[in-house]
Amino acid sequence: MYQFNFQPVFENLDLLLHGAWLTVKLSFMAMCLGLIVSVFGAVAKTSGIRPLRWLVDIYVEVIRNTPFLVQIFFIFFGLPAAGISMSPNVAALVALVINVGAYGTEIIRAGIESIPRGQIEAGRALSLSPVQILRYVILKPALRNIYPSLTSQFIYLMLTSSVVSVISANDLASAGADLNAKTFASFEIYLVLTILYFLLAFGFSTLFGAIRRAFFTYPAGR
Amino acid sequence: MIREFSSADILFIVTAARWTLILSAIAFFGGAIGGLLIALSRSSHSVLLRRLAAWFIQVFQGTPLLMQLFLVYFGLSVVGLPIDPLLAAAVALTLHASAYLGEIWRGAIEAVPSGQTEAAKALSLSYRDRMQHVILPQAMRVATAPTVGFLVQLIKGTSLASIIGFTELTRAGQIVNNATFKPFLVFGTVAILYFALCWPLSLLARHMETRMRRAITR
Repeated sequence: MYQFNFQPVFENLDLLLHGAWLTVKLSFMAMCLGLIVSVFGAVAKTSGIRPLRWLVDIYVEVIRNTPFLVQIFFIFFGLPAAGISMSPNVAALVALVINVGAYGTEIIRAGIESIPRGQIEAGRALSLSPVQILRYVILKPALRNIYPSLTSQFIYLMLTSSVVSVISANDLASAGADLNAKTFASFEIYLVLTILYFLLAFGFSTLFGAIRRAFFTYPAGR
Repeated sequence: MIREFSSADILFIVTAARWTLILSAIAFFGGAIGGLLIALSRSSHSVLLRRLAAWFIQVFQGTPLLMQLFLVYFGLSVVGLPIDPLLAAAVALTLHASAYLGEIWRGAIEAVPSGQTEAAKALSLSYRDRMQHVILPQAMRVATAPTVGFLVQLIKGTSLASIIGFTELTRAGQIVNNATFKPFLVFGTVAILYFALCWPLSLLARHMETRMRRAITR
């Protein structure tokens, strides 16, 4: 019979909780930077400038059709060979930003395309500048349409970010791996890690649901 | 000793891709069976079955695949089985695929108009006949595009099996990289191979989706 031993896990719960905080921080930074990449990507894709569109298409397709693990290996081990070396934490952030940027580009593009052309023309007729049109006429209403996709993308990103532990970047999964190397209570540790990830995912999806009900139910405060 | 990245290494990586395919196939077919059970439970009349299926989906969609792999891997010894990377990866990916396919197919089953069920009931068809001949064939049309889309996600997911020591495409790349130390070339090659597997499926899924949408809007 297998003897369960949760003691090493509970004795080091503070380490794991700190790891959870690092995962939240990493995911947030990656999401914010990834969204900036996504907005540029989506604008480039809908711009009608052919070479720019192809470039973004290649980026999106390559990222969406290769595993995140291979992307992070390429960035952390491959790029130093080309003269770009990064610490594990920076490499993890860069890999996550590049990854979520590709998915975000598609989400935001769909959001932009959900805005009727007449609405953009109306903005032009009111002689708004292109930047104002992008901000008030396109992005803001589009945000309401894509909010559910964006929030589930964030949760997916947070779960995927556990993979950065393979290059020993600091996060929840790495905290667990460190503890495992010290105590060998493998099953117990990964069980608690899984529960912590679940609580994070569940907590954020509840939070995002509350935010949606408060701000994004139609007609929202304009 | 560091050696050159030769054609033999490329061959090693390419042949390791078959394990990626085999693992994907096992998980997909296992997941298809599990997913069907989940989808049927999720849309059944029994409150208990619906709750259990919903809980199963929520757990597997709310935790990282990497943790699921580790749990099954270390869990094997808990239930007294020998630790085997292939078995662990196959079980974890099958459960993972069951949850995702279950959720996709539940949506497809619910997309079939309820009048179809009512009509089938009025004809006094049994549950089995109703599902087999009326509901599922119609749900299948809605489900194919997202199912192919999930297959891409699953193939990419098998790369994580390398972390628990199963030699598939990504692990083969790591092995070659450790011997040749040409990470740019090696992981570039690995990425191209994944792309070659996944991209046609992504295109197929998108093609089916646009055709489906056109069929609905018409």
